[in-house]
Amino acid sequence: MSSVRVLVGTRKGAFVLTSDAGRKRWEVEGPHFAGWEIYHVKGSPADPDRLYASQSSGWFGQVLQRSNDGGKTWGAAGNQFIYDGTPGTHRWYDGSPHPWEFKRVWHLEPSLKDPEMIYAGVEDAALFASNDGGQTWSELSGLRTQKTAPDWTPGAGGLCLHSIVIDPLQPDRMFIAISSAGVFRSDDAGRSWRPANRGLRSNTIPDPDAEVGHCVHRIAMHPSRPNVLFMQKHWDVMRTDDGGDNWREISGNLPTDFGFVIDVNANDPETIYVVPITSDSHHFVPDGKLRVYRSRTGGDEWEALTKGLPQKDCYVNVLRDAMAVDSLDPCGVYFGTSGGQVYASPDGGDSWAPIVRDLPGVLSVEVQTLS
Amino acid sequence: MPTNLQILAGVGRVVHLEVSGQATQRSVLDALEASHPALLGTMRDHVSKKRRPMIRFFACEEDLSDESPDAPLPEEVASGKEPFLILGAIAGG
Repeated sequence: MSSVRVLVGTRKGAFVLTSDAGRKRWEVEGPHFAGWEIYHVKGSPADPDRLYASQSSGWFGQVLQRSNDGGKTWGAAGNQFIYDGTPGTHRWYDGSPHPWEFKRVWHLEPSLKDPEMIYAGVEDAALFASNDGGQTWSELSGLRTQKTAPDWTPGAGGLCLHSIVIDPLQPDRMFIAISSAGVFRSDDAGRSWRPANRGLRSNTIPDPDAEVGHCVHRIAMHPSRPNVLFMQKHWDVMRTDDGGDNWREISGNLPTDFGFVIDVNANDPETIYVVPITSDSHHFVPDGKLRVYRSRTGGDEWEALTKGLPQKDCYVNVLRDAMAVDSLDPCGVYFGTSGGQVYASPDGGDSWAPIVRDLPGVLSVEVQTLS
Repeated sequence: MPTNLQILAGVGRVVHLEVSGQATQRSVLDALEASHPALLGTMRDHVSKKRRPMIRFFACEEDLSDESPDAPLPEEVASGKEPFLILGAIAGG
């Protein structure tokens, strides 16, 4: 009998939510690491009991936690993230050069095959890797020394590397995204990188064909079609069909194309989900209504999914790492809000119910489908 | 020790440490991190060993946060009569 385990990172701890395949009755466990910001919790696809959590605090810095028993117990792993060589500078908000400074781990991406292997996306933007279960970390510095890096500028949330997508068919091919630099692609397991932003248009950038400087909020891939990527940009929802060589806009009839999350239905690579947010100055859902939008056509044509979601007086946000899908049929879709609600849909988005309503603000949601 | 670090290290409010040589901020923190590696990087930078901005050190009713990390700690601390206090700054609104 299958079951699901939802891993939730919040501003004040981590929570583990579990259910059977019906996804109607849930148990809520936590908080783990109470009082700490948990930017991300993710399990190894190769060993579902191996979990990693990014734990941080303005007082005490970055801690990396690891569990070998599905989140029942945890232990501190390595937290030494040191840039390779002399870090140099990137561009600051005012255009001046600013030294690269490690602040926190935003995103953890375990290897698809090896539970000891894991990548970490950090602020200031860089990619680190560990081959020993998170005990030691080394930078894949080909990204940060890429020729465009001195021109990278932080977004409002910082110069964060927030998305790491591994091609399951060609594991040496990876995509990462940085706010606000854009998408980068590697075909050699992270040693070298090139920008993959052609077709993105950002009206804050004078050059319409700018190679970098785009505030990408999230990218997502269906494992069966690694050449197709979907993107929620600061404004605009985008798609590429050629592995990031060219992007085109698919915002279509969305009420607003600003947002943070985007994800793909596990059973249909043309079914995608976003949560439109009013604007970059109004980080809450439009019209007081919490609506997930689903496209069954790979973009352009969108339908609002509202059943079970609040449709009045709702002013929450859904942050970039706070949506996930399971691999059951029908596909389960999950997201968490700045108001501390975690919603689940066991039927691909047709209907929703809160798993839990009153957690601290949700930073990330991941789900594991367990057999 | 601040509560968050107590939980992280699995210790109580007070940790007793044996320090070889002169008792200084550096030698005390070295001994604390050696006995509780989960604390590495949480009180001072891994490499520079500079105090994290929102960590403060007190002893004998004195704020020692900006003292040299190699300055001798008060005799009362070195002898174990008084604690070396590690505090998270009161901040955050």
